[in-house]
Amino acid sequence: MTRNRSMKIASVAAFLAIVFIAVPAAISLSGRIDLYYTLTSVALLSIASAGVWLTFYIGRINIGQGAYALMGGYVSAILVMNHGWSFWPTIPVAGLLCAAASVLIGLPILRLRGVYFAMVTLTLTEVARLLALALPITNGAKGIVSIPLPGALSVFGLTIIPDFATLQNSRLAFYLLAVTLMVVCFAVMYRLVQSRIGKLCQSLQQNEELASSIGVNIAYLRVIAYAVSSFFGGVAGAIFAAISQSIYPSSFTVTDSVNFMLNCFLGGLGYVFGPMLGTLVLYFGWDLLFQTGRLQLLIYSGLMIVLMLVLPNGLLSLAETTRKKA
Amino acid sequence: MAEMLEVSGLSKRFGGLVAVNNVSFSVREKEILSVIGPNGAGKSTLFKLISSFLRPTSGEVRLKGERISGLAPHIAARRGVVRTFQETTIFKNMSVRDNVIIAHHLRSKANLFGFFLGTGTARADEAAFGASADEILALLGLASLANETARNLPHGHLRALGIAVGLATNPSILLLDEPFAGMNHEETMRMVALVRRLRDLGLTILLVEHDMPAVMKISDRIVVLNFGQKIAEGTPSDIQANDKVIEAYLGSEDEAIGL
Ligand SMILES: Nc1ncnc2c1ncn2[C@@H]1O[C@H](COP(=O)(O)OP(=O)(O)OP(=O)(O)O)[C@@H](O)[C@H]1O
Ligand SMILES: [Mg+2]
Repeated sequence: MTRNRSMKIASVAAFLAIVFIAVPAAISLSGRIDLYYTLTSVALLSIASAGVWLTFYIGRINIGQGAYALMGGYVSAILVMNHGWSFWPTIPVAGLLCAAASVLIGLPILRLRGVYFAMVTLTLTEVARLLALALPITNGAKGIVSIPLPGALSVFGLTIIPDFATLQNSRLAFYLLAVTLMVVCFAVMYRLVQSRIGKLCQSLQQNEELASSIGVNIAYLRVIAYAVSSFFGGVAGAIFAAISQSIYPSSFTVTDSVNFMLNCFLGGLGYVFGPMLGTLVLYFGWDLLFQTGRLQLLIYSGLMIVLMLVLPNGLLSLAETTRKKA
Repeated sequence: MAEMLEVSGLSKRFGGLVAVNNVSFSVREKEILSVIGPNGAGKSTLFKLISSFLRPTSGEVRLKGERISGLAPHIAARRGVVRTFQETTIFKNMSVRDNVIIAHHLRSKANLFGFFLGTGTARADEAAFGASADEILALLGLASLANETARNLPHGHLRALGIAVGLATNPSILLLDEPFAGMNHEETMRMVALVRRLRDLGLTILLVEHDMPAVMKISDRIVVLNFGQKIAEGTPSDIQANDKVIEAYLGSEDEAIGL
């Protein structure tokens, strides 16, 4: 038991050392500054995917996370551009507004299960895109551009985060921001799943009728899980808008929503850290296959199908089987 | 004896079909009352009405004098009416022990946020549920299987686990839908003894069952349904001698009611 615990602490420390020290060091040594952007994207996409994973955990296939990422991006952009907000408070506000929207949307649609819920969420992304095109406040197809870089964040006169515009390397700053949020997000997810809430979510996934017969308020729990999920989507979207300094109706599309879901499948639906690994592998896998040119999509899809056949429980199930053998 | 549950004028209509038709009876505290009747008589529907999984078309159900019909199922469970399912319904991918632990949900004093933060209350809940789950598993003879994944249990043990899950909610009245279905004679007798034991521990039990010898052996009283209507009510010997009951079962097998 204690051995298990020290193992856990060691792996967390190793992970933190890699993402906060080893990766930046390796990048600056090799001079591959562009990798910052890639890894920042992976971190943010894995936050959005973590949300999708949580909806899987209550037994719902969620192909609508793109809608909340898009909404989060617009909320942040509009608050910064039209209302003169600093970027920093727009992160939680984007998350909370997305969570609030998802409660209103979730109340009716979370009654649906299986493919019905999946289809409704799929259309949600498209509805979000069409809304972004049509609403006056989102500026239609032209989107919102030239969003300034995040300013300084200070508390009681103490500068915690410097103005990104004054930094030599804002890419590193964005990387650190995204990775920090990713770590927080997955720490929250881990705690959720380890606590009794995780068991309650599993009870929904496995049998909602029985769950309500033992007194679980299933409608409430479903909505809470979906709201947390959408919160993560909104947060990821807000930071994306700040990095690319722009947001368009096509910034998050159905393809992104599908990818969020695939990230979860690939990493493993039974493992909290599945979406993180899945996002990393999928993102780099796709990039690596770029060299195959026209065959890229074919090889990619083929590999995905093979992986799902060979490892139906995701990549992390591999670690579990080797551990059992050992 | 005091009345635990009171069903009055309860009806449920599915389109043109009246599955439960103006049924009234009451369950006394600490008794085992069985509901019997031919297939499709409306027994499961009656159970769903009592546990608030279905809303009655008319009539009402009262628990200790308080109306419970028309509430959400999780609220009815909170008031103390808990049902086990006709099919073996459990959380298949959880361990046996986790199935029982999670079913303690109603007893938790901490809220979701408390569980997330791991507050003192939440940890006290956790410890209490673990201890209580082990007791319940021991009572049902499942202690040695505690860490087994539920889906791997043999049928008889699945039924027992279903009951363990129901017990963990600490109900005032437990509704068992065909607890002996699919069991051999020996397993049935063990389950009969167990259900009796639960009653002796202070639980009120309402059960639906087709296994007539077991029903006659276990029940304090019996209610007979046919085509949604109550046709008889009484002690096992009353029911065995009742002409209407014999008629309802006639054409099927006479020995079905233990004659
Ligand atoms: N949701 C429903 N919609 C329509 N009809 C239903 C529904 N549930 C049950 N019925 C019908 O109501 C009648 C009573 O069904 P019920 O399941 O209560 O019978 P039962 O006495 O439990 O039978 P069994 O002994 O076979 O379990 C049946 O004719 C059934 O087809
Ligand atoms: Mg039935």
